[in-house]
Amino acid sequence: MSEGFSPSNYLRPGLRFPFCPGCGLYVLSDTFLRAVYELGYSDFRKFCFVSGIGCSSWIPSPYYLADSVHTLHGRSIPVATSIKLLRPDLHVVVFGGDGDIVGIGMGHFIHAARRNTDILVIMGNNMIYGMTGGQVAPTTPLKVRTATTPYGSFEHPLDATRLAAVAGANYSARWTTAHSKELKECFKKALQMDGFRFVEVVSQCPTAYGRRAGFKEVGEMLKWFRENAIPVAEAEKMREEELEGKIVVGEFAQRKRLTLVESVYEVLKEAAQKDA
Amino acid sequence: MLKLECGKGKRAFLQGSEACVEAALIAGCRFFAGYPISPANEISEHMAARLPKVGGIFLQMEDELASIGAVVGASWCGVKAMTATSGPGFSLMQETIGWAFMTETPCVIVDVQRVGPGTGQATKCAQGDVMQARWGTHGDYMAISLCPNSVQEIFELSIRAFNLAEKYRTPVTLLTDETTVHLREHLVIPPLESIEIINRKKPRAGEQMFFGLESVAPMPSIGDGFNVAVTGSTHDERGVRFTADPTVHRRVVEAINNKIRKNVDDIVEVESYNIEDCRVGIVAYGITSRAIYEAVEEAEKRGVKVGYVRLKTLWPFPEKPLQRLAENAEKIIVPEMNLGQIVNEVKRVAGCSAEVVSLNKIGGGELITPEEILGKILEE
Repeated sequence: MSEGFSPSNYLRPGLRFPFCPGCGLYVLSDTFLRAVYELGYSDFRKFCFVSGIGCSSWIPSPYYLADSVHTLHGRSIPVATSIKLLRPDLHVVVFGGDGDIVGIGMGHFIHAARRNTDILVIMGNNMIYGMTGGQVAPTTPLKVRTATTPYGSFEHPLDATRLAAVAGANYSARWTTAHSKELKECFKKALQMDGFRFVEVVSQCPTAYGRRAGFKEVGEMLKWFRENAIPVAEAEKMREEELEGKIVVGEFAQRKRLTLVESVYEVLKEAAQKDA
Repeated sequence: MLKLECGKGKRAFLQGSEACVEAALIAGCRFFAGYPISPANEISEHMAARLPKVGGIFLQMEDELASIGAVVGASWCGVKAMTATSGPGFSLMQETIGWAFMTETPCVIVDVQRVGPGTGQATKCAQGDVMQARWGTHGDYMAISLCPNSVQEIFELSIRAFNLAEKYRTPVTLLTDETTVHLREHLVIPPLESIEIINRKKPRAGEQMFFGLESVAPMPSIGDGFNVAVTGSTHDERGVRFTADPTVHRRVVEAINNKIRKNVDDIVEVESYNIEDCRVGIVAYGITSRAIYEAVEEAEKRGVKVGYVRLKTLWPFPEKPLQRLAENAEKIIVPEMNLGQIVNEVKRVAGCSAEVVSLNKIGGGELITPEEILGKILEE
């Protein structure tokens, strides 16, 4: 399917991704670009990218040869919301990390899922604040040592994909960078849907996470992703204790609720005819 | 489409909030996002009813951070956009307002001042946000704030706020207050064709420099094929991020400051009276400035020559008119509904040639009266 694919068609000339060797974001971006290619888009003319602050947010900005809005920490979703409403003809895609989307940006995330805002949010989840040097994140597993939990994390991690599903997203799925085939199909599917779509990509950060969590090399982290991944259907039959430390992968929600674009434009049509 | 009948001498009887909304629509505003807060709610409510009528979009967001974020996003789609809030919400918006300065995004923020700090007195009038409007976000930037004192002026300055935002590609604050937006007064609406409406400069096909130009760079819209990279991080003229280069940073930040600094004379508007021939001067703005007319009249009856400068533009600070006032006045009175904020700016500009004195009142929304100003004029 990817014959003839060249990432350079989608990248701003003269720039190179700044990510560390072995970073999962190379795979995340490459998989996304392949999905875009396979859907028949030879460039990003029909796309707008919005991102926040953190490594994942640097994927589109300024590296994608596209309109990209690099917002503040946590604020990508509200910015993407107005862009989508005013340019409903564009694919509005948000890139962000776990800290950006479900740490500082959590309120916007839940409300966008509730509104069923017609944007695709791709969250690279490295379970750590990587860019700032490895501080504990809302997604860090229990007992993991980070720069700010030197005795081990004492908080439960968040299940963002399940949260998006419960809050009302049309689509919500999780894969890891060790599942690039499934991830590519997932991106393709999400890009062809309307409403709020959330794709969580569990992604290795060898520099800020792997080093502290005791992984000697990137391959070990990918092995951990593969061996601990449990499909959603299987996970449903398991007890909570059994799921501790596992990564549940697959689709958590897939539906067709009324979307924000649909309802806003319906109101505009009605308002033209009657008084408030 | 427009609710107001525009024409020579057409009059309407409106609340300040309504005048603000109608003026914004005339200026071309077609997007509004806000979050409920007293005493700015009437602006949101009128917008919610009026915007869909003209094909615009109104959103109530989950908080002020989202509201101003959505406003900036809308502006990058080529749509004039606005929000309205009050002190606590204005505080929450500050980071994004800084992002708008750095990305050179035209937008209008209405701050309806109420008593602070903290929650303060949510429904009571104050003028405590004047320095926040200037220095509320971190870093170096030049803010534009306009300060109306009547329903008529809310109308005029709301249009001007959009015009300046578009002309200089920058956020503009309409710095009003609880009492002014709740006034109901007659408004004279000029013929629509006589109202100047300024729209941002757009790039020509093939242009690639969209940021940090001294002459105000052209602004592409999302979806127009320019592949524009917008970032609040330090960036070059194309929008490419440079997180450590000192030269690129100096270049972009000096440019966003200079485009305002070099055009202060275009931006500053004041109403002045008798500044060439006065012994006592008054510098006032917003709701407080409504009390100066009667005070001046009473003082003149008593043989005291009084002049005033009323600041319709608060930022950039109107230095030239105040320097002229200070050349003649021995004493300058600065009445404010705070514990003394703008008075320090007046001292900076005029303190060497005149005695600058404060007249302050805070709490409960109690306005400074003409009698209180007169008392200060007559004080020796």
